[in-house]
Amino acid sequence: MTTQTRKLMKGNEALCHAAIDAGCLCFFGYPITPQNQVPEYLSALMPKHGRVFVQAESEVAAINMVYGAAATGVRAMTSSSSPGISLKQEGISYIAGAELPCVIINVQRGGPGLGNIAPAQSDYFQATRGGGHGDYRTLVLAPASVQEMYDLTRDAFDLADKYRNPVMVMADAILGQMMEPIAITRPPLPLPEPHAWGTRGTRKGCRTLVNSLYIMPSELEAVNQRMQEKYARMGREDTRWEETATEGADVVLVAYGSAARVCRTTMDILAAEGVKVGLFRPITLYPYPSDALRRVGEQTKLLFTVELSAGQMVEDVRLALEGRCPIGFYGRMGGVVPTPEEVADAVRAKLAGV
Amino acid sequence: MESSSTSSLAGRQHEMIIAGFGGQGVLRLGQTLAAAALYEGREVVWTPAYGPEMRGGPAFCTVILSATPIGSPVVAAADTAIIMDRPSLPKYQGQVRASGVLLLNSSLVDPALARTDIPCYAVPAQQLAEEIGDGNIANMVMLGAFLHLTPLVQPASVLEALRATLPERRRHLLPLNEKALLAGAAVIANAK
Repeated sequence: MTTQTRKLMKGNEALCHAAIDAGCLCFFGYPITPQNQVPEYLSALMPKHGRVFVQAESEVAAINMVYGAAATGVRAMTSSSSPGISLKQEGISYIAGAELPCVIINVQRGGPGLGNIAPAQSDYFQATRGGGHGDYRTLVLAPASVQEMYDLTRDAFDLADKYRNPVMVMADAILGQMMEPIAITRPPLPLPEPHAWGTRGTRKGCRTLVNSLYIMPSELEAVNQRMQEKYARMGREDTRWEETATEGADVVLVAYGSAARVCRTTMDILAAEGVKVGLFRPITLYPYPSDALRRVGEQTKLLFTVELSAGQMVEDVRLALEGRCPIGFYGRMGGVVPTPEEVADAVRAKLAGV
Repeated sequence: MESSSTSSLAGRQHEMIIAGFGGQGVLRLGQTLAAAALYEGREVVWTPAYGPEMRGGPAFCTVILSATPIGSPVVAAADTAIIMDRPSLPKYQGQVRASGVLLLNSSLVDPALARTDIPCYAVPAQQLAEEIGDGNIANMVMLGAFLHLTPLVQPASVLEALRATLPERRRHLLPLNEKALLAGAAVIANAK
């Protein structure tokens, strides 16, 4: 039991407190379920803290306002849910191309199209492969609790600044809507000084330019090469994951976010039957913890991936293992969340054939 | 501040469904229970059904109480279902475990329609709330009944949780809430 005071909070509310505490100066958003509490809370919190809140006329406008704010060297954030994140992709590509830091929240819902407002993880490809046009990546963080909605959103701002790159926090309708206790132990940051590279009006002898246009192919290739080096550095320095009981396990479940929570209960069900079962939970979806997963996979009989999708992350699991280990998959789509027992059934069936 | 409490949750968690219509305080009932359990140092998850909800439309939430960290936040099978209106009964009573319990707001739900294979407690919550003087407090009557039946959380912790979450201008309602909790508890005490 913790001795410090914990508060009961929705995931969407927790990430708002993280943005305030991280020194986010500007929020631009447009309403969409199931993330509506974010603009709701921030419309009150941001002015209260002397920050900027704008409800834009559209998602496209909101991401371009983020682009503008980030170009001045301050911390900026936007939030949306799946269809709205699709609309933002052009802007995200420009921000990545201009090498600006920003935080983008995706409280995922069922798709494709307008889909529904139930929890899903079907935006994995979009988030981890860039999403918009061009050879860029966003660093993607995947919280699995209300506590992590706060912690990872807070970290997202630091990582965005470190790499001058957009960072996406990938949540879903469950994580956004549910209430859990959280403890906020890190003191809030004061508003950081704007970055020196920011375009903040002319100063004599100092010209700053933010742009993603490079007409000369050789010049643009050099920019791309620098960006690729940056992504490789993310992999070396900021890959995150969590392992539970993977040592000596016969089967290791691989899942992130809400699916990992379901798997945590599946583990208890299977362990009670004497199955040696572990859980590997990626926390960064890009960079993907491939090396760590390979080490785990090489020492187990089966890796079993569970997602709220048709099977997107499982492709990264296969890429990491390169055929070294059998890989099972169970997924539900369209906003359906599997029960822990249902996942246990799928694991038992696969184990019987291994 | 959280205080420790005797653990009647040892070994297992308690999963609940709470259902009714918008305006009955269904979500608030769940949040209040969750906050009270947190006050006692428990692990809790509260999850609403989230959709195009409105006053008068269906309202639904789940609560999980546990002594240890909670895995799946989704309730697949419930230990307790609190049913506040008639349409919710056929919708949710099937999700209660064979070892579970049904609590009905019998002012609006006919207990004859309930499952007979599990214990079912009829609490005329709406009527009792109106007798106490506020029809809006039927949710706290049901919470009082639940906590008498399944003493996972002290009623005093419920009042502490309410005190912490109610704005100053609403704190005068605390004695009313206490009355409602007691009225619900009395129904179960007399039924046993």
